[in-house]
Amino acid sequence: METATEISKPEKINQFEGTEISGAQAIILSLINEGVDTVFGYPGGAIMPVYDALYDFQDTFKHYLVRHEQGAVHAAQGYARVSGKPGVCLATSGPGATNLITGIADAQIDSTPVVCITGQVFAPLLGTDAFQETDVVGISMPVTKWNYQITDASEIPEVIAKAFYIAKSGRPGPVLIDITKDAQVSKFIYEYKKCINIRSYQPKPVIKPKEVLAAASLINEAKKPYIVFGQGVIIADAQKELLSFAEKAQIPAASTLLGLSAFPPDHPLYVGYLGMHGNYGPNIKTNECDVLIAVGMRFDDRVTGDLTRYAKQAKVIHIEIDEAEIDKNVKTDVSIHADAKEALQALTEHIKPNMHAEWLQEFRECEKIEYEKITKKEKFPESGQIKMAEVVEQLSSITDGNAVIVTDVGQHQMVTSRYYQFKSRRSNITSGGLGTMGFALPAAIGARLGEDDREVIAIIGDGGIQMSIQELGTIFQYNIPVKIVILNNNFLGMVRQWQQLFFAKRYSSTEMTNPDFIKIAEGYSIKGKKVTEREDLRGSLEAMMEHNGPYLMEVEVEKEENVFPMIPTGESVSNILLG
Amino acid sequence: MQKEENKEFTLSILTENKSGLLNRITIIFTRRKINIEAINVSETEVHGVSRFTIVVRSTHEKAVKVVKQIRKIIEVLGAFLYEEDEVHYQEIALYKLPTKMLTSSNQIENLVRSSGARVLTVGEEYTIIEKTGHSHEILSLLEQLKPFDVQEFIKSGRIAISKSKRQTVSFLEEMEALSLVS
Ligand SMILES: Cc1ncc(C[n+]2csc(CCOP(=O)(O)OP(=O)(O)O)c2C)c(N)n1
Ligand SMILES: [Mg+2]
Repeated sequence: METATEISKPEKINQFEGTEISGAQAIILSLINEGVDTVFGYPGGAIMPVYDALYDFQDTFKHYLVRHEQGAVHAAQGYARVSGKPGVCLATSGPGATNLITGIADAQIDSTPVVCITGQVFAPLLGTDAFQETDVVGISMPVTKWNYQITDASEIPEVIAKAFYIAKSGRPGPVLIDITKDAQVSKFIYEYKKCINIRSYQPKPVIKPKEVLAAASLINEAKKPYIVFGQGVIIADAQKELLSFAEKAQIPAASTLLGLSAFPPDHPLYVGYLGMHGNYGPNIKTNECDVLIAVGMRFDDRVTGDLTRYAKQAKVIHIEIDEAEIDKNVKTDVSIHADAKEALQALTEHIKPNMHAEWLQEFRECEKIEYEKITKKEKFPESGQIKMAEVVEQLSSITDGNAVIVTDVGQHQMVTSRYYQFKSRRSNITSGGLGTMGFALPAAIGARLGEDDREVIAIIGDGGIQMSIQELGTIFQYNIPVKIVILNNNFLGMVRQWQQLFFAKRYSSTEMTNPDFIKIAEGYSIKGKKVTEREDLRGSLEAMMEHNGPYLMEVEVEKEENVFPMIPTGESVSNILLG
Repeated sequence: MQKEENKEFTLSILTENKSGLLNRITIIFTRRKINIEAINVSETEVHGVSRFTIVVRSTHEKAVKVVKQIRKIIEVLGAFLYEEDEVHYQEIALYKLPTKMLTSSNQIENLVRSSGARVLTVGEEYTIIEKTGHSHEILSLLEQLKPFDVQEFIKSGRIAISKSKRQTVSFLEEMEALSLVS
């Protein structure tokens, strides 16, 4: 008999081709065939055969035991967002599977490739209300790009191949494969073939030269062209192409929340970030440009504000791989239905070199106003309690904008997006579309494992950390060197801000009595420090970054601070408030 | 902005014959609170390919958006949106009446003949009349038959065939070719 280490060597995987193995083994082998070496999961009855098979592959294949299945998907998401490869997670049937749903919905709305594999009860028990039986295929249908239930072992290789192909191609998204226990234990002759096409699925639209030419002529005529880009640029790996495009005609460019890190923040054409708490210029100039060039973004309501007062004066060009996004929220004059990389390359060829110095200067004027009214006192306050912005500013300068930043949801998220200088590729990991509190801690785990040698800092609120604080256990068990910064305002700050501004300061259930976070970290043997004084901040952050291993820092920040600018819900981007 | 009016649209959707698809398609309507007026699923002339025919009342804009969402479903081969005059369509209806009503006068027989319906079966107790046509014709016959004690009435969803020259097989070939673009 071969030993476990022997059979698990990648080069020896081929030896299983054409041999009879169990469904559970086939699941692992199929994953290895797809280049997977990291999975996040949690065992239970219906997935036990898979865990048993995992036992033999421990050195090829690293399984991270999370502390809650939601943590497994978020970790898989963090992994995918940093590496560009699908993240993989495993869960048992019933509660294990339902615990995945929030993360799956998050991955769906933020176009993140994730492959979820759930165990299911024995096929003959389906529909009988058997122990831990849930219709997870039904439940996950609205929030997956594709899902499928396997009841026959022989389907495993083909379905897994298809799942990976679907998850990562076109507009990426989560897929779920539910596998009954009998399919995991029964044997069949294993053969693996990668999926190269599905006839009912056309992930790569063929670019139409007519659309490119029409867009180019609009851009060439434009006096005040304006690029707004989103995560599509990162997914298409089109950062360079975007830069060349913007530079050729000297077009100012602004990012959506998920687009951050796709464009160098210190570049003269970069004007900032869009949306409800975005920068002043980027928001108001949307209603002053003459040609709006949207690239790989979906005109989310947090970006557009009131649609009836959004970019009405402008001709709109939309570069988008998902046809359903075109004309969904904003009516376009020219759309380029294509992969962003390809579209930008083609477009750059057809536009004329140009200058828009005065137009760009208008953004710079806005920047000055914003700096005087908001940024300066946020980043460099001289008295009072520590502000979130100065923590982020310090971190940005200590890391020179090169860390991977994972944020949770709330004020700290908006502040981080405003003040961190995202200089390195794929370095902004946040829950955008769903706004899932509890995302950051597990996503940071995945992000750290997604690529070697990248510094990962999770910036989390005192509320959000407590939604997935158990994942400190995962960090402890595997000694995952993530840095965790809790910006503690003892409030569900973002909700409190709305209560202050729109609900007459009636702080209903938003104040928090918090535990001693440092003691909790200590319980997991994670080094930690609480900072309350401004003088201590810089040194403590530096010490955290120098520490070899995981670290948790709690910073006590101003309790009732508000994030500005702000576009109140339902308002026009022009009516952004500066305070 | 002027509000667009609701109109009747026929959606014709070609899919792989896979389980779960009906659910995947209908949740797209549910999520947007669009009521499905009629739905029909059938096989096509191509083995393994099904056709869903769905009738909705909606604005054109909403209908277009729904069709684009349906196209995103992996197993959907194609989804087409038609207005009334772009398709040939039919529905089929069955009416059950007591046989004694037919024997007591020839009014029913006249109605059947003048409306292009036919008698499907005559039993001792009841008779079944069948009519194919457009919804309003079928419902108008129902109204006319009501005085004769209609015991049961049922109407199918719409089936529709487009007036375009597109053939399913060549459409599938086109899709297959596009799916190989990399
Ligand atoms: C799972 C979930 N529940 C509720 C919310 C609503 N929500 C948005 S921000 C926020 C407050 C977050 O508080 P905290 O984590 O302390 O961050 P802060 O805003 O104070 O920085 C809440 C409750 C959410 N986004 N996600
Ligand atoms: Mg808070």
